[in-house]
Formats: sequence, C-alpha cells, structure tokens
Amino acid sequence: MDTERILSIIRSSNGKGGIISILEEIQEEFTYLPEAALRLVAKETERSLADIYGVATFYKAFSLKPRGRHCVSACLGTACHVRGARTIVEEFKEQLHVSPGETTPDKEITFETVNCLGACALGPIVVSDEHYFANVTARGVRDIIQGTKDGTYGSNGRGREDLFSLEVSCPTCNRSLMDKEQYLYDHPAILVNVSMNGKKGRLRISSLYGHFAEIREHDIPNDTIVNLSCPHCSANLRSGPGCVECGAPTASMRVNGGDGVMRICTRTGCSGHMLDLDGEGTGQ
Amino acid sequence: MITLSINGLPASVEKGTTVLEAARFLGFPIPTLCHKEGLTPYGACRLCVVEIGEGPGARLVSSCTYPAEEGLKVRTASERVMKARRMIIELLLASCPQSKTIQDLASRHNVRQQRFRQEHENCILCGLCVRMCKEQMMAGAIGFRGRGKNRSIGTPFDMRSEECRLCGGCMQICPACQARCTYTEPERAICGGCANLSPPCLEKEQFTDMMCYMSPCVACEIKKD
Repeated sequence: MDTERILSIIRSSNGKGGIISILEEIQEEFTYLPEAALRLVAKETERSLADIYGVATFYKAFSLKPRGRHCVSACLGTACHVRGARTIVEEFKEQLHVSPGETTPDKEITFETVNCLGACALGPIVVSDEHYFANVTARGVRDIIQGTKDGTYGSNGRGREDLFSLEVSCPTCNRSLMDKEQYLYDHPAILVNVSMNGKKGRLRISSLYGHFAEIREHDIPNDTIVNLSCPHCSANLRSGPGCVECGAPTASMRVNGGDGVMRICTRTGCSGHMLDLDGEGTGQ
Repeated sequence: MITLSINGLPASVEKGTTVLEAARFLGFPIPTLCHKEGLTPYGACRLCVVEIGEGPGARLVSSCTYPAEEGLKVRTASERVMKARRMIIELLLASCPQSKTIQDLASRHNVRQQRFRQEHENCILCGLCVRMCKEQMMAGAIGFRGRGKNRSIGTPFDMRSEECRLCGGCMQICPACQARCTYTEPERAICGGCANLSPPCLEKEQFTDMMCYMSPCVACEIKKD
C-alpha cells in the first residue's frame, strides 16, 4: 500500500472536518478502503479508529473489501421490483456466479443491488459503471456483462453510445493522422505534432468525437494556445474559423471517407470542437 | 435566566439547561435510558419524550436534547406522552426482553406485554458504552458500525482494540446486558437469561488484571465457584 500517497491525501484536506472526503479520495485511489489506510487516517486526523471505522461502514459508497474494476448495480426499488428486477438480479447472479455485493474472482465486476436510482418509469434499471440501461430484460443481461467487461461503459465516457470514432488525415499531404500503435479507449489515437514557445512534442488525442482525452509528451500549461502540425509533412493545421467556445484559432483535420472537416480548438483545456460534414456545420 | 412552564409550574433555569434537567429539578420524573450525567445527551432511546407547545402545534421532543426556551410550555406526562413512552418500551422489550432495566421500566409503566415480533438482542444501540468509552475513559475503543438493521457496536474490524484498557466501563453502564449482574442472587433475577451469557473476562486469562467497575462482578463470582 502506498503510505505516502495516503498521507498526501490526508494532508491536502482540511484537518478534522474532511473525513468523508479523505475516505472518498482513498477509495478512488485503491477502489476500496484498506485497513491500514483507515488506521493511518485515524492517526493523522487525531480521531479514534472507531470513529473512522464507523463512518466507513455507515456509508454504502465506501467499501472495506477490494472491488472489481467495473461496477454493475441493479435497481431493486419498488417500481423496478414490480417490473421484474428480481429476475434480472437472478440472471446476473447466475451469469457472474456472485451474490449482490460481491466481486467476481477475476476482480473484473462488482455486482450490487441498489434501492432506487430515481428513474422508476424506466425500470428495471441496471447501471454499468456510468451507463444506465432502461427496461432491462433477462435476455439483455449477457450483453451488459460483456460490454462491461470490455470497458465500454467505463468512466471518462469511454465508448459512450453517443460517441463515435473518426479517422482523420492531414488536409495538406492527405496522410493518415491515426496512430495504430497507441490506442486511447479502444480506438486508435490521433497523433499530431505540437509546438509552443519553441518547445516541440507529440500529442495524442482520442479519436472519439466529443471526447477530450489526450496524452501529452510535455507538460503544457492550461489556457495556452499551441500550434498543431502534421507529423508527416509538418504543415500547420491551423485553419480559418475560430473556436465556437473561446474564439481561439482552431486546427482542422480531414475526415476520411468524405469531404468532412473536424476542427478542434488549439487552446489547451478548451473543449471546443466541431465537425463539418459536406459543409453542414454540426457544432457541439 | 429562562422562564418556562413545566406541567403548568413556572421554572427559571440557566440558559443551556435542557428540558429534562429543568423537569427533574422541579421533581417531575422523566424516565431515561440513554441519558447519564457526565455523558453528552444523545437522544437515542426517546424514552424521555415530552410534549411541547399547545394546540395543534404541540409536538413530542426528546427532553434530554431539547434546550429550555423562554416561554416554553412542557407537559411531561400527558396522555400523548405516556402513549408514546409505552410504545417505546414495547419496542425495547421486543428487541431486548432479558434486560433488567427495560423490564423494570415496563413494569413501572404498566406495560405487560408487547405486540411485536420477539427478538433476543443484547444491544439497544443506546450508545451509552460508546460515550462512556470516549468521554469518561478517554479511550474511544468502541464505536457504532454499519447502518440500519446492520448497525452494531464494537471495535473496528472486530479486533481487540489498542485503545481498550479493559476498564469494563462499557459493561458497567450497559442497560441491556446489565441483567448479568443479578446472577449472584438468582432468586432476584427475573428471567435468568444472564446465566446463559458468558462474560468475556471469564474465558481469557489475560483479563485477570482487569479494572472492573461491576459490583458484584458476575465473572468474579463464577470464578470463585
């Protein structure tokens, strides 16, 4: 266990008052609350371990047992129950071979039941990571489990259904900008050169439209306008129209298989981007 | 000073006094279970309910946690209060029938039976032991764990706590497992259930140096036999 990491979490919080937020951060880091971490929190915040343990066991959001990489919760609220949530839970138990509250032996999926998710009209509801499934049937359980294992519904909007992958190429030399070696969220990343104040590096952007994950080789401060260029012909990708959100220059890339152009804002931290397909702007 | 009326009798009390203290000062008996002098009021057992206010605005509050207010009208034994109190005793009896404290309370309030599903817990979650441990013994070895029907009192991770000095304060103050203390005088015991409980200090030799507040101590009496 990373003692230093826990200590830094505790010290960055404001002393005695922030026990829940400390525990939340630890849980985010380790997926659960290790015993040693609770002891450390008690010692550092000068509270008794019994207090910390009481808080950790009181809230359902905290777990003292290691949890899986993915979390699937089935709603057992009144409305979902009436609409047959019990059979859904039975189906999950059957297929995952675990009871509610347990984690599969391969540490992939933690299966839980919850009492209400507040979407009673859509029941039975199942939540996989951050994706909500409405009107779930026992037949649909297999797909949910498979999708969850594949990480389709993970946090960061990984593979959200409304996201689609784009293949882009340089508008000048027409060579593909897709990096087949580096995958971001199960899709090849877009690779471009980035330069700023004489520093040069490479930037990989998720090819999922509407998704802002990126890998930078260098630290670029937020709110900086950078130059993006093609890694093959070094042509600057900067294009005419400014960003719809902040007005900064945008970089354009040609979308493969059509006349579409994707524009992304060159200001770091800005999520402005738009897609021009056959001249029809679909701003987002 | 704050002036309030309790059962029609005017009383002047210091600011910060609770309704319970004011009523007891005037001599009105209010039964309590989770309230002990020297420990912070907790309001868990609700036995000390009193009615405050008048007319349709009247409501029941726990007097041990309710501070005296200027002009407050308190009734400590109205029909509504007694009904609520008897109900609470019935519920307590339903979970902890073997507790001498609760049995005494029941007989004092003329509760002869309870209508709920009988359970045999040995804890009513009044939190007296937790407060005793933390506030009087300065240890904080035990605490509440879990929530709802899974709530229990114990040490973290169910392990012997480093803070625990085996003072026995928690056992001494407990109203639910106090029945053990009548073991030495079986004829005075009500249910004899205590004889079936084994105090932890009996089983382990390391408890010989235990500072015990229980008098007479069941464990010591059994050891003598």
